[in-house]
Amino acid sequence: MSESKEVILELRDVTSAYGNIEALKGISLKVHKGEIVSIIGANGAGKSTTLMTICNIVPTVKGDIFYQGERINALGSEVLPTMGLCQVPEGRRIFPRLTVTENLEMGAFFRKDQAGIKDDMERAFEFFPKLRERRRQLGGTLSGGEQQMLAIGRAIMSRPKVLLLDEPSMGLAPLIVQQIFKIIEEINSQGVTVLLVEQNANLALQASHRGYVLETGSVVMEDDASALLSNSDIRKAYLGE
Amino acid sequence: MIHEFKKRWVSFGIGLIWLFVILWPLLGIKPEGLEFGTTFALWGKLAVAALCIMIVYELNVRGVFDGAKKAGSAITGSTRKAYAAIPQWLLLLILLALALVFPSMTGRYGHDVACNVLIYVCLGLGLNIVVGLAGLLDLGYIAFYGVGAYTYALLSIHYQLSFWMSLPIAGCLAAIAGCIIGYPTLRMRGDYLAIVTLGFGEIVRLILNNWMELTNGPNGLSGIKRPGVYWLDMTNGWTLEHFWVKKVWMYYYVILFIAICTIIAVYRLNYSRIGRAWEAIREDETAAELMGVNTFLLKLLAYASGAVFAGFAGAFFASRMRFVSPESFTFLESAMVLAMVVLGGMGSIPGVILGALALIALPEVFREFDLYRMLVFGGVMTVMMLVRPKGLWPAKRVGRRSEEMD
Repeated sequence: MSESKEVILELRDVTSAYGNIEALKGISLKVHKGEIVSIIGANGAGKSTTLMTICNIVPTVKGDIFYQGERINALGSEVLPTMGLCQVPEGRRIFPRLTVTENLEMGAFFRKDQAGIKDDMERAFEFFPKLRERRRQLGGTLSGGEQQMLAIGRAIMSRPKVLLLDEPSMGLAPLIVQQIFKIIEEINSQGVTVLLVEQNANLALQASHRGYVLETGSVVMEDDASALLSNSDIRKAYLGE
Repeated sequence: MIHEFKKRWVSFGIGLIWLFVILWPLLGIKPEGLEFGTTFALWGKLAVAALCIMIVYELNVRGVFDGAKKAGSAITGSTRKAYAAIPQWLLLLILLALALVFPSMTGRYGHDVACNVLIYVCLGLGLNIVVGLAGLLDLGYIAFYGVGAYTYALLSIHYQLSFWMSLPIAGCLAAIAGCIIGYPTLRMRGDYLAIVTLGFGEIVRLILNNWMELTNGPNGLSGIKRPGVYWLDMTNGWTLEHFWVKKVWMYYYVILFIAICTIIAVYRLNYSRIGRAWEAIREDETAAELMGVNTFLLKLLAYASGAVFAGFAGAFFASRMRFVSPESFTFLESAMVLAMVVLGGMGSIPGVILGALALIALPEVFREFDLYRMLVFGGVMTVMMLVRPKGLWPAKRVGRRSEEMD
């Protein structure tokens, strides 16, 4: 896990809103190449909105978002995956009436290199052998954990440089959550930068290098993950001590 | 077991009483006063029929028919195996041959119904792209059919343009109409989109109805030319002769040709990258966007390409009737086409064809019920949806396409 200081994704004072309701109130954060960065916070703190704003599903009102030095505020959501910025959205959102293979193929939708797609499909199946067993099943018939695996598999089919993960632990059994976090670390070790949004602060911080704490739309703390884990305020507020 | 037995018969009894309560106001209240005789007679007949069905059902539950069923399932199993052994192209060839010899087996009436079925096959397949593949509920689809029909009517009357020349123009104009409705409305989702498309369908009909100078309003346009065809004439050597399509069976071949082109085009679209993207949009629009699908453009494309086929069908309709009026493009027609798609099985090409066949041909079959025709038709539709909620021939999703890669 090499950690260079090159910034790959940066938010500068970003504000975004759903209609009149301001969801992000000037967020600034940096993600370095090769890192796992987690954003933790309570419900409604704006964690998912941050990811949706980066992908321009929720439009930015103020501030700038830079990816690989380029301002991406105004780019369409569908362009970002082609640049290597891919999101695994909250609640997995796989395509329920497409088969597992077809779901994975959708992840490589914008790519034309058939051979490369086939290789990546193999890679996804190596990460998640369960998916290979079920490759002809419809996505909707998978269990929650398998769906999460499928969602991550689908995202890595686009050969992302930065992977945005929204609540990968949601609604899953502890054993499966651990399995999924192990795979996230493995994906990261292959050179993919990860920005992780999690309710499960303990798990997220253990897996990541750095962390941001969000509260009602603003960053209230940022530090190394280990420092946050030992911070007494954080332990009280998010780790249940 | 006893409990279930009781539950069944109690609900059966309540059902019969309920039937009587509904039936009596319909039959028993007359200008001369209240009457019970006819109601009881009809109700009695229905009750006896229902009782017979209940007894058969009861015996079935108790396993009386198990032996017969086993034999039956063995037979269906072996026929299915035999069916699977026949290559698909052979089946298609047989179907095509049947479609080609159909006019020689039936009369004018049969040709007429077949033409109608094929028009609706085109419409259904076009709408299937929008509703079945891209998942956009369109209640004003018939507007594109109207655009196609009026395009050919006007081109034929004012510019004497031939049918085959007008066909692509009708398709193009319908596609443009599709983009015009699509561009401002496709940001909406679900129910809102349905309402807006419903409104658009009515707007088009009202324009056709009220723009007297162009469309001659409710009086309609007449004097539309028939399609012309070049045919090998062998009476004096091999020459290409031009003649006008006059007989209904000739029209049948024209629309058969258009329908087959539509089927091939829709099939190709269905199994292309674009088709896959449409399905992804249907399943989850935001997720599709996050996967790099340009949802707006593709939804617009779905609208436009669906409209093209309606435009073709419309042009044919105009040439077949040689008269168009706004009455042919009411909301009821949109609902009819939508019903075909849903009844046949959304996203399934053979399903939509079956749906069109069922919805156009069944009312003809039921003509002998005369007054009660539509009632019987409605009943049959309800039963079909109960028995096969996913449609007559549901789209085969599992193991298609991805299978081919293995």
